[in-house]
Amino acid sequence: MTSTPDRAIEVVGLRKRYGSLDAVAGIDLHVNRAEVFALLGPNGAGKTTTVEILEGHRDRDGGSVDVLGHDPQHSGQAFREQIGIVLQSTGVEPYLTVEETLEQFSGYYPRPRPIGEVLEVVGLSDQGGARVRQLSGGQQRRLDVAVGLVGDPDLLFLDEPTTGFDPAARRQAWGLVHNLQALGKTVFLTTHYMDEAQQLADRLAIIVAGEIVAEGTPGELMNRDHVSTIEFQQTPAATSFIAGVLGEVAIGDGLVTIKTSEPTSALAMISGRAAEQGVELEGLTVTRATLEDVYLELAGPGAAADATGDDAGAEVSG
Amino acid sequence: MTSLRLGLRQVRYEFVAFYRNPASAFFTFAFPLIFLVIFNLLFGNEELELDGGTTNVSTFYVPAIAALSVVNACYTGLAMSMSISRDQGLLKRLRGTPLPASSFLIGRVVFMTLVAIALVAIVTLFGTLFYGVDVPTNTLPAFVISLAIGAAAFSILGLAITSLIPNADAAPAVVNASILPLLFISDVFIPIDTDAPQWLTLIGDLFPVKHLSVALQTAFNPFETGSGFEPEHLGVIVLWGAIGGVFAARRFSWEPRV
Repeated sequence: MTSTPDRAIEVVGLRKRYGSLDAVAGIDLHVNRAEVFALLGPNGAGKTTTVEILEGHRDRDGGSVDVLGHDPQHSGQAFREQIGIVLQSTGVEPYLTVEETLEQFSGYYPRPRPIGEVLEVVGLSDQGGARVRQLSGGQQRRLDVAVGLVGDPDLLFLDEPTTGFDPAARRQAWGLVHNLQALGKTVFLTTHYMDEAQQLADRLAIIVAGEIVAEGTPGELMNRDHVSTIEFQQTPAATSFIAGVLGEVAIGDGLVTIKTSEPTSALAMISGRAAEQGVELEGLTVTRATLEDVYLELAGPGAAADATGDDAGAEVSG
Repeated sequence: MTSLRLGLRQVRYEFVAFYRNPASAFFTFAFPLIFLVIFNLLFGNEELELDGGTTNVSTFYVPAIAALSVVNACYTGLAMSMSISRDQGLLKRLRGTPLPASSFLIGRVVFMTLVAIALVAIVTLFGTLFYGVDVPTNTLPAFVISLAIGAAAFSILGLAITSLIPNADAAPAVVNASILPLLFISDVFIPIDTDAPQWLTLIGDLFPVKHLSVALQTAFNPFETGSGFEPEHLGVIVLWGAIGGVFAARRFSWEPRV
């Protein structure tokens, strides 16, 4: 397999089967260098299986995988010197201090990044002397990222980096990923929060039941169907305002909703008529599809529970 | 050789993690001393007149407790600590770094071997100071070498049993069930009587604990006239270590089974 220099990851027809279940059912994806790529999907969609195959933790059943010019399944030390892995669960010795932990891990790599620098990137500069077991959950997670970074990898895998975080901790984690981006690292992250993907990813793919159902930049995905939504509170004359407007109209719950691919002309028509009659359209809004709309449409009703999960709920913007 | 160098570097972190948990460290070292005291209380400490001279019975408790210390630190200790590290995700995390698997395992085995040697040194010192234990001089090299061989082999067996332990919650049950009965039929706690069922003696002979016990008894016998080495018994221990090594290499898992 040949890898193009601007591609960090190239996956073709990847398959993984557990018993009779196709956890990953033949997916294609690529990640460019210095890009933050998000694999978004509901729980059990195959995200972790995919990322663990890319990391070399799992063997695949079919397809080809190229990560930084290596096949993870058959590569050893040289491959692992170039990647950093942040698993879903913490995996460091609880009785060592933060600095000792990083010192230990940095010894495994040929060109480690200075420990002070790593601590700064993850925001743990003040906790260097603290024992790992005394850190808060969020701090432990940041230590995990620090351990993933200490070898100065070209590519960092983050498997659900903010699951279980409170909103403030999530914001901090996002800042951290932006820092990594600024360092020129390629980041492959998995998440089931679409706001996270929207915030962080240069490109993303949505995986549902082991298959990629959409791929592109957040902008491309949101404009996928070129649909915007016009909404206002129902008035007696509403039907006359919207007569002849191109789009899908729904009236209910005291709201008039028009989904249209030509929001400019539709809005001009509606607001023109209303203005002529001197009617103020209460609560008038025009919104384009959010990534959430696209995600829920693609991932199906099962994803809805995840998408608005407890800890994310506060931040999901509708 | 890089793998060995990295492995020895690991020992330092094992050591720090060990002493940072003082309760665990204290009782690891207190354990064999408690046995020395109990043996003395139960079986006494008479002066014995033997062919070569006289010594206290405690001199014969030391090698038994040494065998127990090796089994406890290396086999039990390693199996427990590996199961916990595996559940904590430490093993999986290391698997994703360039650290060779062998280096990590070397680090743990060397560390546990050092702990076992330190335990035996403490028991010997304590015995000499308080119970009139005679430390052999001629056979001391044989004692130390037999001890090191036993510690390495039982560490490897500890790794091997880890692959049969699904998760850390199950570790104490599996480890104790596999080792405690053997300790009772291996001349460690109590001498096996001649009127014990033959099959029980045979089982004791098959497994490595008794051979460790015998090898250490011979090497710590102050009246031993030879070098103190028991090549056949050590051979059985090495063989078990080798079998354990092959098994561990094939079956070892870096993630807990659910």
